[in-house]
Amino acid sequence: MSLMRQYKFEIGCLVALVLAFTMTQMGLNRFVFFAGFAVLQYAMIATAWNILGGYAGYINFGTAGFLGIGSYTAIALINYSDASIVEQIIAGGVVAGLLGLGIGYFTLRLKGVYFAIATLALAIVVETIVNNWDFVGGAAGVSILPARNPELLGVLVVHKKLGVFSNYKEFLFFLMAALTIMSVWIARTIEKGKLGRGLNAIKDNEEAAECMGVPTLKLKLITTTISGGLMGMAGAVFPSYLTFVDPPTAFNLEFAVNSLAMPMIGGTFTWLGPILGAVLLGTVQQVAIVTISSELNLLILGLLLVIFVIAAPHGFLGWFMKKNKR
Amino acid sequence: MSEVLLNIENVTKTFGGFTALSKVSAAVKKGERFGLIGPNGSGKTTLINCISGMLQNNGGSIIFDGKDLKGLQPHQRTKRGIARTFQIPRPFHSMTVIQNLQIPLEFVSSSGTSQKNISEEAMSILEVMSMEDKAHHETSGLTQIELRKLELARAIAVKPKLLVSDEAMAGLTGNEVDEVLEILVKLNEDGMTIIMIEHIMRAVMQFSHRIICLDAGQKIADGLPEVIVKDPAVERAYLGV
Repeated sequence: MSLMRQYKFEIGCLVALVLAFTMTQMGLNRFVFFAGFAVLQYAMIATAWNILGGYAGYINFGTAGFLGIGSYTAIALINYSDASIVEQIIAGGVVAGLLGLGIGYFTLRLKGVYFAIATLALAIVVETIVNNWDFVGGAAGVSILPARNPELLGVLVVHKKLGVFSNYKEFLFFLMAALTIMSVWIARTIEKGKLGRGLNAIKDNEEAAECMGVPTLKLKLITTTISGGLMGMAGAVFPSYLTFVDPPTAFNLEFAVNSLAMPMIGGTFTWLGPILGAVLLGTVQQVAIVTISSELNLLILGLLLVIFVIAAPHGFLGWFMKKNKR
Repeated sequence: MSEVLLNIENVTKTFGGFTALSKVSAAVKKGERFGLIGPNGSGKTTLINCISGMLQNNGGSIIFDGKDLKGLQPHQRTKRGIARTFQIPRPFHSMTVIQNLQIPLEFVSSSGTSQKNISEEAMSILEVMSMEDKAHHETSGLTQIELRKLELARAIAVKPKLLVSDEAMAGLTGNEVDEVLEILVKLNEDGMTIIMIEHIMRAVMQFSHRIICLDAGQKIADGLPEVIVKDPAVERAYLGV
């Protein structure tokens, strides 16, 4: 029993993964997986954002840049060879992680809003490069045809009758669920460990942290690399999911806004916050797109953000914990 | 006692055209209680920023424990045994008092040991400060003296060879000054070398074995407290006569 309590989180991860897999085997409407993918992807992006933004207090406005570079790494790989989706994800993660490391090195001496502006600029720079790079479709965008009857390690993954998954949307949904669970596990490991405590000290007072022996630059570089890498992995799945990608889609500012709004609404101080925010906000947005209008969801996002900043500055979890304390 | 722990040689620091420190030299001996005084803007904090690594000096050298500190980041200097407090307390405000101490313990002095050991260490430091009852309080509820003591406790948690105390007593009452002085004297008796920057003359005179006085970035006096207090240059710097 105590063993179960000790590994409560790990067991929860496993249950979630099994649940996601079971869902794909129930023959549900495809829209469930289409919308579910979007919510899961946001949960992953928000979790990745929160590792840097929530734990270390460095606000990254360049989410779209990391996501886009992940997408376009996957596209370049597809155009260059017939790489499998797993290879695309790894490549997207590595390239975006390296970008994170580089950006971290050049901009982490900037603090507060200056860092935020620099990351916003990064997204625009990367988008401009992709706009002018014909190999990946340039400004016109590029269509991706998912491989027919793909196999992974000799297992037929997607096939109407014989595959593990009967269609691509179900497969991608499961893949995204696995990636999201992995990200949450990484975020939680950081949060509970020495790295997380160091980042917290940086958030509270960077100079004091440095003088207390915290190697601030090193910790920040590790963090930008992990955060960027995870965003890139989330982005690498994007081309297969959308089947058509152009720069305005892959580098949409909406990603930047959502990735920071979700942790803030959920609560930035713990791994649960971004998930809560993503599920809450992501679901509201997906429902709003279908029932009201696809443009209105940004207005809803803005309104929710304003309400939370005023009424619950520490997010839903912060508000909840404060209420319980009383 | 006679061995030099910190050797400051011709340290110069300029900010653009402004010279904050001009060829300042001083040697702090092992186990010494060293006072650093001077009027506002004389360069005291700039000097300790150069020692702790928050600023890099443009000229001269700082030798600590036989090794040049040039180019080392503050956290590397902390690991070599230099700890400092800040003039205005800078607690980690999202953490409790004990968690504040766990940061330096985990990253420097008790690095690699278990969390249980680290909290025990932190608790024993709080006992030295007689703050053990505040261990699990938020830092936002602390009084001025408690914040000052937390600042000191966090520096001590590094287990430094050299403690640089930057106005640890500013804004405290007479009794509180005595309380902090007592802690510092005890730490020194246990072998810690201490540099004290202070405006409260009574405290710095009573505490220091030796004092140097800075004025406009230059060292104008260096000697025993009773000599310094009568030094005409020091009087001129403070009173402007």
